[in-house]
Amino acid sequence: MSFPLLTVTAAVPAVGAVVTAAVPAAQRTAAKYTALLFSLATLVLAAVVLVRFDPGGNRYQLTESHAWIKDFGLRYELGVDGIAAVMVALTALLIPFVMLAGWHDADPLEDVNPNRRWRPTQGFFALILLVEAMVVLSFEATDVFLFYIFFEAMLIPVYFLIGGFGDRAHAAGEEEAARQRSYAAVKFLLYNLAGGLIMLAAVIGLYTVTAHQLGTGTFSLQEILSARASGKLHIETSTERWLFLGFFFAFAVKAPLWPLHTWLPNAMGESTAPVAVLITAVVDKVGTFAMLRFCLQLFPEASKWATPVILVLAVISIIYGALLAVGQRDIKRLIAYASVSHFGFIILGIFAMTSQGQSGATLYMVNHGISTAALLLVAGFLITRRGSRLIADFGGVQKVAPVLAGTFLIGGLATLSLPGLAPFVSEFLVLVGTFSRYPVLGIIATLGIVLAALYVLVLYQRTMTGPVKAGIEGMSDLKARELLVVTPLIALLLFLGVYPKPVTDIVNPSVNHTLSDVHKTDPKPALEAKK
Amino acid sequence: MSASSVHSLWTTAAPVADKFPTPHIEYAQLSPVLIVFAAAALGVLVEAFLPRRSRYTAQVGVAAVGLAAAFAAIVALADKGYGTTKAHIAAMGAVAVDGPALFLQGTILLVGFVAIFTFAERRLDQRAHGNRVDSFAAQGSAVPGSDQEKAAVRAGFTSTEVFPLLMFAVGGMLVFPAANDLLTLFVALEVFSLPLYILCALARRNRLMSQEAAVKYFLLGAFSSAFLLFGIALLYGYAGTVSYSGISAVIDGTAPMNPALASTTGNDALLLIGLAMVTMGLLFKVGAVPFHMWTPDVYQGAPTPVTGFMASATKVAAFGALLRLLYVVLPGMRWDWRPVMWGVAIITMLAGAVIAVTQTDVKRLLAYSSIAHAGFILAGVIATTPDGISSVLFYLAAYSFVTLGAFAVVTLVRDAGGEATHLSRWAGLGRRSPLVAAVFAVFLLAFAGIPLTSGFAGKFAVFKAAAGGGAMPLVIVGVISSAIAAFFYIRVIVLMFFSEPKADGPTVAVPSVMTSTAIAVGVAVTLVLGLAPQYFLDLADKAGVFVR
Repeated sequence: MSFPLLTVTAAVPAVGAVVTAAVPAAQRTAAKYTALLFSLATLVLAAVVLVRFDPGGNRYQLTESHAWIKDFGLRYELGVDGIAAVMVALTALLIPFVMLAGWHDADPLEDVNPNRRWRPTQGFFALILLVEAMVVLSFEATDVFLFYIFFEAMLIPVYFLIGGFGDRAHAAGEEEAARQRSYAAVKFLLYNLAGGLIMLAAVIGLYTVTAHQLGTGTFSLQEILSARASGKLHIETSTERWLFLGFFFAFAVKAPLWPLHTWLPNAMGESTAPVAVLITAVVDKVGTFAMLRFCLQLFPEASKWATPVILVLAVISIIYGALLAVGQRDIKRLIAYASVSHFGFIILGIFAMTSQGQSGATLYMVNHGISTAALLLVAGFLITRRGSRLIADFGGVQKVAPVLAGTFLIGGLATLSLPGLAPFVSEFLVLVGTFSRYPVLGIIATLGIVLAALYVLVLYQRTMTGPVKAGIEGMSDLKARELLVVTPLIALLLFLGVYPKPVTDIVNPSVNHTLSDVHKTDPKPALEAKK
Repeated sequence: MSASSVHSLWTTAAPVADKFPTPHIEYAQLSPVLIVFAAAALGVLVEAFLPRRSRYTAQVGVAAVGLAAAFAAIVALADKGYGTTKAHIAAMGAVAVDGPALFLQGTILLVGFVAIFTFAERRLDQRAHGNRVDSFAAQGSAVPGSDQEKAAVRAGFTSTEVFPLLMFAVGGMLVFPAANDLLTLFVALEVFSLPLYILCALARRNRLMSQEAAVKYFLLGAFSSAFLLFGIALLYGYAGTVSYSGISAVIDGTAPMNPALASTTGNDALLLIGLAMVTMGLLFKVGAVPFHMWTPDVYQGAPTPVTGFMASATKVAAFGALLRLLYVVLPGMRWDWRPVMWGVAIITMLAGAVIAVTQTDVKRLLAYSSIAHAGFILAGVIATTPDGISSVLFYLAAYSFVTLGAFAVVTLVRDAGGEATHLSRWAGLGRRSPLVAAVFAVFLLAFAGIPLTSGFAGKFAVFKAAAGGGAMPLVIVGVISSAIAAFFYIRVIVLMFFSEPKADGPTVAVPSVMTSTAIAVGVAVTLVLGLAPQYFLDLADKAGVFVR
């Protein structure tokens, strides 16, 4: 029995959450540093996972397997393929930045506390660590039910983060802000819970199928795949389609895919910038990741069956998200709609069913995480300074805070996929991968890039250039802590833009595995066949 | 030991019909019930002979010791194998001693034990004239608002008779799921219902509402008892016997015909109508739609500790009886009752969840939520597989402790008028007392069936059983109503954590070790059954075989 590296990677933030929550009310700073330390330790562990992962080796590595609830067929099975290893690393990488950026977000407004047990700061950082632990576990789980448990359970801490910690500054006053915040939190929870419960029905359905055909119900991905390969398990076409729909619905809500996306702008708009990053860059990735890992592998035939519809929805997401982003007056909602557009690209890449499309989609998940974090966190600094998130309240910021404006621009350029920055590589791969099989959809999706240029550049122009607006005059530039957040992210964007090979090397073999699952019947992906 | 050899234990006793048979009672196997009734009777004596000052301590002691001893007896019986290999029918065919009976009796005893703690709480209310008071009226017989009542309060009277009443109710509930003939079933029903009617009427605050609730409960309960009794009469007419195995044998066509009853025996109209009426009586106790009307009013009006006890223990007992009836008496009638129960389960889940959305009172909200949960449990009952039995057993155990805990928390949130149960009063509770709000949130999340809580494990178990039994549509309706139900559970959490506290909001009373223990047990069971339910699932699996 080797060292349970994957468990420890998830356990460290979980323990960190408990420790942070237990720090006494007065020791706020200590709580923050405790949380940061635990998140850094997780980062180290995630790096070890990445290093220990051998791209040429088995499909799932560092596996662990224990019985948990025998009656439910639930096993505690962990394992990472290249995609999961990269996603775990992305999560672990972003969390310290989220914490640093939100360093003061949860300080109590006044020192007078109604109750000494009320410890918002401790709660904020503990919840972030809890989310991290659950996200990491859902990336690592190779048991469908185990994945489901954390997929659902993570909603609760995220819900408290959205509802409990909003922006200080709100145009409509504190009471209205609280109302909108709890509306956004409830909307988030209900959408995702409904998705998850539909998935629960499908999970139970899967159990019934496996229990019926294999004798004992199982959720183990590897067991199901090998039973299917050996012909012991045969899921009927109609059953497979229903199960696929149940799973896909949950992931499409989480991802989010048009028309199930409407919770995201509310959730991102009302939460603080770091929490918004946590949602869009970390938590939502579980949705797209799960499409790759569970939808395609468990239900290959149904996935192919559903592909046309999903691709059309993805393209609608791309265009619709981008169009709505152009029309937004609120910076955070603009970025939220931009994310809807980007998730459209990711889903397009996954379901184009080509190797470029899928490696592009995986890379896209990483790059979108980093670029959105950069843009949104800088936007958060901006919003905190001005006390407003309306675009109209800004103007001429680059004259008073040039570094802030500059980093904002780089984040924005990454979002519009400027060549030389990381997202370009992934967007290009996705589009090439789509084009080789679905040229028309590829062409329409390309329009999304044009619109992205529009919403990013107009946003920059309105907020940063022009005469200095009232309320902007004395704006301070980025402080050391904020630079510490932004600089590494930008460096990463540049590095991965020029040299994405480290990531693609790890990801590609896993993508080929997934593709071979789906294309068991037809010989080769179209692109390879053409060569 | 196979079911048929168990069966022979019973059939050998029957033929001695020419002279009045000497009753043969297996006292040891009935010891849990006997201990509880003995403790209840002792409680009555305490009430009669002990001075008022020392009654409280004595009653709490007698009740707690009685329940603990009865639980020990259950464990001893299960240990000897009465739950599995030695399962048989005791007391001349009246009471079954088998896995489901022991499991449910154990659950009821534990629930009762924890309920004693909430009954005995005397720290929450302000002292009345220097005397510590509990949730119960000073003197049940005093007219609300009268001089007599004021005198009783001034004298520091308390209704210590609630403890023997609780014990009688527990005793009846122990027999109810174990009853193996229809008459025992009816007697047990009355034995546990009557004390509950009285307990409902004994609230210290809002006495008129409490009495109203009791009257409603009594009238509707009497109504349902009448249905049950009428159904029993019809079934007797059909089968010529009230014993479960006898009726089931007539249904299967394996029983010898009694010539005196030849004109009615085997008349399907009697069977179907009788069956429907008996089921109706049980569904009333379960709180399934359309027999749920009493639930919100009674839950709201009754003293909260009683509500908690009633909501959990009654449900356990009634579902146990329903399971036994459907699985032991009527397996041959599966194709007749299943479609009807499908309908009942579906409307129960949906109506419970939908109506709960509009509730503004915590206790009413929990009442409708209990209706929705009854629907989920029915989905497991309908499975008619061994999985169905064990999943229902597990669900009942998980659900009852969440319910007890949740109602115990409700007793803590108070203002000048007693408990502040209107939801608007709960705004901002998370800021005032994060711990209490967090604990209540755990219970709500468990009700909502969020993973890692006992609610999820239970829900998964019954849905899995239902799906395995071919009732996938029920599972889908179940997840949809879970989503609806999640909305109102979440709404309470929003209210507690994300709303600003009101200036004149309620305070959270600091409970004594009694209520704290009850709540702590609730939280512990919720988490243990959520994280590591395997042991208890195994137990339920092992216990999931009825004796015939």
